[in-house]
Amino acid sequence: MNSLLSQEVPLEFYLILSALLFALGIVGFLIKRNLISVFMSIELMLNAVNLSFVTFAHQWHAVKGQIFVFFVMMVAAAEAAVGLAIIIAVFRSRATLAVDRIDLMKL
Amino acid sequence: MNVHLNLWLIPLLPFAGFLINGLLGRRLPKALVSTIALLAPLAAFGVVLNAGFLQYVHVNPGFGDLPLPYVETCPIGWINISTLHIDFSFVLDQLSLVMLLVITGVGFLIHVYSVGYMAHDEGYARYFAYLNLFLFFMTTLVLAGNALLMFVGWEGVGLASYLLIGFWFNKTTAADAGKKAFIVNRIGDFGFLIGMFLLLANFGTLTFSEIATKLGQDADWTGGVITVIALCLLLGATGKSAQLPLYIWLPDAMEGPTPVSALIHAATMVTAGVYMIARNHVLFAHSPFALSTVAVVGGATALFAATIALVQTDIKRVLAYSTISQLGYMFLGCGVAAYSAAVFHLMTHAFFKALLFLAAGSVIHGMGGEQDMRKMGGLRTKLPVTFWTMTAGVIAIAGIFPFAGFFSKDAILYAAYTQGTAGKVLWFVGLLTALLTAFYMARLWYLTFFGETRSHDAHPHESPWSMLGPLVILAILSVVGGWIGIERFGAFLAPATGPRAVETGNGTLEIALSVIAVAVAVIGWYFADRLYRQNPERPKELATAYPSGYKILANKYYVDEFYGATVVRPIMIFSTYFLGWVVDKAILGGLAWLLGGIAVFCGALLQRWQSGNIRSYAAWLAAGAAAVLLFVFIPWTSVLANFGIHLTLAGQ
Repeated sequence: MNSLLSQEVPLEFYLILSALLFALGIVGFLIKRNLISVFMSIELMLNAVNLSFVTFAHQWHAVKGQIFVFFVMMVAAAEAAVGLAIIIAVFRSRATLAVDRIDLMKL
Repeated sequence: MNVHLNLWLIPLLPFAGFLINGLLGRRLPKALVSTIALLAPLAAFGVVLNAGFLQYVHVNPGFGDLPLPYVETCPIGWINISTLHIDFSFVLDQLSLVMLLVITGVGFLIHVYSVGYMAHDEGYARYFAYLNLFLFFMTTLVLAGNALLMFVGWEGVGLASYLLIGFWFNKTTAADAGKKAFIVNRIGDFGFLIGMFLLLANFGTLTFSEIATKLGQDADWTGGVITVIALCLLLGATGKSAQLPLYIWLPDAMEGPTPVSALIHAATMVTAGVYMIARNHVLFAHSPFALSTVAVVGGATALFAATIALVQTDIKRVLAYSTISQLGYMFLGCGVAAYSAAVFHLMTHAFFKALLFLAAGSVIHGMGGEQDMRKMGGLRTKLPVTFWTMTAGVIAIAGIFPFAGFFSKDAILYAAYTQGTAGKVLWFVGLLTALLTAFYMARLWYLTFFGETRSHDAHPHESPWSMLGPLVILAILSVVGGWIGIERFGAFLAPATGPRAVETGNGTLEIALSVIAVAVAVIGWYFADRLYRQNPERPKELATAYPSGYKILANKYYVDEFYGATVVRPIMIFSTYFLGWVVDKAILGGLAWLLGGIAVFCGALLQRWQSGNIRSYAAWLAAGAAAVLLFVFIPWTSVLANFGIHLTLAGQ
């Protein structure tokens, strides 16, 4: 038990998890029809990238990667605010959230 | 040289008039348009008169000094390529002085006439703009000190002529006549251009005075290339001056307004060819063959056109053929090296032919647009001023003493007679033409003014004084214009055109020839009197008695038909089938279709990428990213090594 806890998780595991999450995000982005799901997929991709950042920061004992994660989170928060507002506006004007129906700039 | 004539004003004043009336004319009141249009030639005439006065006091010393030729060159050069220098230079000598006096003087009178004639036309300002434009180019042509500048004026008057013939462009015949004039003139211009190129190649200059100097240094240089140059220039002159074989455009040019026919197609522009030959007389002097060709062309045209004029029924067409015939006289004069006589006839012809056209215009105006002489008649009492002025013109052109035409025509005939056997043949042709001229002009006179009125729905009325005034002035000039006499005129022109070739001073011969010429004219008149006044039914009987002869003349020797079959139709067939179908549709169209087809095909392929579906874009993006990753991670060096390919970086 003790030995298990003291043993560090290898770097590759984090990276593989990050790649899997990113791939899931891409697939979700591509195949989901609901706009909110697409939006969540984007968040997933962002966080997958965050995970690699933290992993590498830990590995190299460099704080820059962690700072970058904060940047990404901040941008993601702003994007979530704007994106959700747009989604609400889209839903109000078109009464649908299916992405393949929302392919025209004008109403 | 301390006199400044400001020659540049002569062309540029009408040009300013053209710009003002052409750009703003439609918004200006008619009175202002006519004022501007009249002031331009009047002011130019003033500048010319000033020059003429200074020249006069130079010839009569004690008053001032103007040595001719007087040259005015624009300080900014035009073309400067290694040894070739061409300037905007204006040259005033005795020849151009006479021409300018005629052009601006008669031009001004015709402008005045036009104010009355065109008063009710919608295109009033446009008309005067074109007329001023014509004066700009014509004075440029006359003043030009080198052949290239002359060519600019030459082409410009062609343009003005085209615009004015097709002035009523809604009428198909007028638009077609304009095109015909322009295209036929192009053939002549081609000759002029080739002549200029040959001049450049052989003399290295286009300046008239330098060419004359170079030829003067080499008196034995005759024939050969000079003959070719002179014949090329002659081709240009036949186009512009409506001589055989390029005269066909002038009768059709009568579709334009009558004052235009008077100014451009009788008095000034069509004499440009005569002027050009006189200007280049040094070249022709070095080529006897070209000179005799000029004489033959002139004599043939004079007789040919006069015969056609015998049976024409349109009053303006009679005058048009008469113009061609009289221009033939001038060419005949040039051809026997009697340039002063030719220019003398040019001047008197400008007076009486402008008068005849304007009087015909007055008749047409009075008849409400009717041009067919068969529907006129008996107008003597209804249009008295027109009648009397036209009478002066008819007598003048018939060559009856002491009217202007007598002196100039006589000078040409005398000059021809003294040129050996060939000259005597030409003299006889000229005499025959004089007979015909007197006949057809008297016929026109009788048909128009005598007998019973043959049209009952027209109400003839005399024209306003703005039209009659120029008629009266031109009538006076047609009477007195020749009194200066060929001796004095020739002596005046001698510095510019060389001394008169015939100074034999054979008084008895000259008088005898004059008497013969006048007698012939009177005979012609007498026949017309017999046929058209005393026995008006006789011409019809004659026409039915000799149907073939009448038909040939009435159809103008079928020359238009001949050109149509031999030149126009082959060109049309070639254009339609070869240029139109093979070159345009098959080759050019096929190429365009092929290129377009390739673009459409590629577009159709690439179109599938641009579906407008965001998810497909994202999928391509992801696939691209994956491809890049793969590319980066594949160890290319070892993979390729398996295939026996070894990559090395450059420099290693």
